[in-house]
Amino acid sequence: MSELLQFLFSGLTVGAVYALVALGFTIIYNASDVVNFAQGEFVMLGGMVTWFGHAAGLPLPLAALVAILATAALGVAINKLAIEPARGAPVVSLIIITIGASVFLQGAAQLVFDKQIHSFPAFSGDTPLRIGGATIQPQSLWVIGGALVVFAGLWLFFTRTLLGRAVLATSNNRLAAQLVGINTNFVMTLSFALSAGIGALAGVLATPITLTAYNVGIGFALKGFAGAMLGGMGNPKGALAGGFLIGLIEALTAGYLSSTYKEAAAFVVILLVLFFMPQGLFGRKSTERV
Amino acid sequence: MTLLSVEGLGIGFGGIKAVHDVSFKVAPGEIVSVIGPNGAGKTTLFNMISGVYQPGSGRVVLEGEDVTGMASFRLAQRGMSRTFQNLQIFQNMTVLENAISGFHLQERGPVLADLLHLPSSRRRARAAEAGARELLARVGLERAADREAGNLSYGSLKRLEIARALAMRPKVLLLDEPAAGCNAVETEEIDHLIAEVAASGTAILLVEHDMKMVMRISSHIVVLDHGEKIAEGAPAEVSRNPAVIAAYLGTEEGADADG
Amino acid sequence: MPRLTAKSATLLVLAALIAVTPFFFPSGYYYRVGALIFVNGLAVTGIVILTGYAGQISLGHAGFAGIGGYACALAPTHLGLHPSLAGVLGAVISAVLAYLVGRPILRLRGYYLAVATLGFGILVAMVLNNERALTGGPDGIAVPELGLRGLLKDWGLDLTNGQFWYFFCGIVLLIGAWIALNLHQSPGGRALRALHGSEIAAGTVGIDVARVKLQAFVISAVYASVAGSLVALQNKFITPDIAGFMHSIEMVTMAVLGGAGSVLGAIFGAGILTLLPQVLTVLAEYEQLVLGLVMMLVMIFLREGLLPSVLRKLRGRGE
Repeated sequence: MSELLQFLFSGLTVGAVYALVALGFTIIYNASDVVNFAQGEFVMLGGMVTWFGHAAGLPLPLAALVAILATAALGVAINKLAIEPARGAPVVSLIIITIGASVFLQGAAQLVFDKQIHSFPAFSGDTPLRIGGATIQPQSLWVIGGALVVFAGLWLFFTRTLLGRAVLATSNNRLAAQLVGINTNFVMTLSFALSAGIGALAGVLATPITLTAYNVGIGFALKGFAGAMLGGMGNPKGALAGGFLIGLIEALTAGYLSSTYKEAAAFVVILLVLFFMPQGLFGRKSTERV
Repeated sequence: MTLLSVEGLGIGFGGIKAVHDVSFKVAPGEIVSVIGPNGAGKTTLFNMISGVYQPGSGRVVLEGEDVTGMASFRLAQRGMSRTFQNLQIFQNMTVLENAISGFHLQERGPVLADLLHLPSSRRRARAAEAGARELLARVGLERAADREAGNLSYGSLKRLEIARALAMRPKVLLLDEPAAGCNAVETEEIDHLIAEVAASGTAILLVEHDMKMVMRISSHIVVLDHGEKIAEGAPAEVSRNPAVIAAYLGTEEGADADG
Repeated sequence: MPRLTAKSATLLVLAALIAVTPFFFPSGYYYRVGALIFVNGLAVTGIVILTGYAGQISLGHAGFAGIGGYACALAPTHLGLHPSLAGVLGAVISAVLAYLVGRPILRLRGYYLAVATLGFGILVAMVLNNERALTGGPDGIAVPELGLRGLLKDWGLDLTNGQFWYFFCGIVLLIGAWIALNLHQSPGGRALRALHGSEIAAGTVGIDVARVKLQAFVISAVYASVAGSLVALQNKFITPDIAGFMHSIEMVTMAVLGGAGSVLGAIFGAGILTLLPQVLTVLAEYEQLVLGLVMMLVMIFLREGLLPSVLRKLRGRGE
């Protein structure tokens, strides 16, 4: 029993990271129908920049803040320089562009930082808390709490603020949003900044547990995407639930089946979801207009 | 004898009923026109019949078989073809290749033969090409055969789309505004072409805004307004129907994009 | 004089390049580089069928190259197959896997294939890295000799190892290009290009969109698998890197750089991206940076790819 609890704790911890990545996907997907394959790199940058800043002598909170702001700025730059010029391009071109951005950021991270694995101290120490015979790292609570706070914040933003509603309106109908005076370019900029910032935050929170390196992004992207798809593409609630579910599935696979192939769990989930319920858990059917 | 029968078809988008409980029948060789003000649900109706949208209620019956919501390629195999209001041309191909694509069901074969350029594959391709050239001549596009389809004028593309749809010798042909954007001469040509195709026994279902054309060639007219059928009958009957006149006059000004 | 069709022109240009360039090689080393270009060209020709013709994308094709490569390493020792037959077995396994993975996914549109193939590729690389007992793990594994060079020597054709692989891979590439060009103008290829143009219209002319997408996916997987087998047999050694994510990305980048819609263009792209690190060894450090940049720039500024864009310019001037 305590063994199961232990697996659940670790599943919720990584699941929270995946949920944050999935939320990042969802924000950009809703604003622009673009699936941003570079989403995982934001997580990587969050961790790497924080490590770099901390190693250079900045206090950890400041390093983390710098990392989140710098990554958000980078997200905006990707939108301005690579996505906006290709508006109206076929889906395949957009996939290649965002994958290109992802590979580019990996390459840049190798050069600017290095190819080593890095970490920095946990925020509230390393003394594990004992709950029901299992233990949990205080940092795990930071990660899980972070995911929930971000979700709540997004929910408030999208339902309670004018700006958030403008983003939602743009996602429903870009042209109509333009007609009623919403600056859709600004909405896109905001979405990328928000999404990149959330990704970086995930990296900051998770690095003391999962460690970071220049090439960790693509794995986060894949699992975040699996979470978003499992929950139903474009649905924030689904992204949150889907992300946590992928984390739990992965942890249980690692615990009961094979720790080597826990990575395969996300992939198998993707295939099963596509096969049996392409709309995901909370998704709705889409109808294409002709 | 009924070839295509539409029974109580309906669909809603986000709680709004776009089409509600529409029924009618089409017989071989008949030209049935669906008319109505902009936004009446004509194209939506077409999209349901041709399997692009999954209907929310009702049935589509083709030659006695329930084909409701069937994928469009299966409908094509059963003899239903269509054109689109806002053109669905293969822009990445030449005009000739677009027309040949219409012969897909006749020219397809084992892909291994295609990969190895076997005589059987060449024979299939040659037969389709000959047929396609004939059709292009029939719609007056034989000289444009080798041009990239994307470079054609709107009117020519409309005719190309009809040629592609005719290639499969459909039993039912759905034409969504075939004369839109065409000049008077082109409209008349299309007019003749439709009559000719119908005379050869194909059932035609037509959405068209050119009322003169509709009145001239239709054997039967179905009138939609706000997604519901408000009248049907022969052209002369329908044009005298007060409900139809009211529907048209009432929405003349508030006309928006068609759904 | 009958005009040269695009197909014969492409094949002639390719054959001429393969035959003539060795006269300009400063050293035997360049046979190796040439063979590498041909192998990459072969894999990328498969991408042309999938991406250029059918408009679908795979981010995990290196997985199939890995299967082709490891089949040549494992089947001879474990099943007693001749290395050439092992390559065939790899192609069959790749085709079956592509079918199984592609079937559920290709009914859907857009991003799903990209994500699923990305996962598939990572999974294959993971298996190759972790099943040490079978695959030798990250250190790689030896591959038996193909033995064709010895056979040719017995028949009086004495080639160096480099020369043999240069011409052997060149011939396989020619065959691969011939098949892809056959498909282009055939009924099956037209169906692929039709769905690229408009999936909805393709359906109305009776094209079973999911089925033909699956065909393209399976065919392109076989190309990648054969290319992987050739790499393994030539190097007599193979590591899991062949199935890695970066190798998948390389394939896509080569195709879109040269022009995914044209066989010659894509092979041209393979040539550039294979030569570049050879010529500028400093680039090795910047490989990812350059690949990523190329992907973005080509898609933004030269969506058709280098070769078709250049040809279009030339033709425009000629008129």
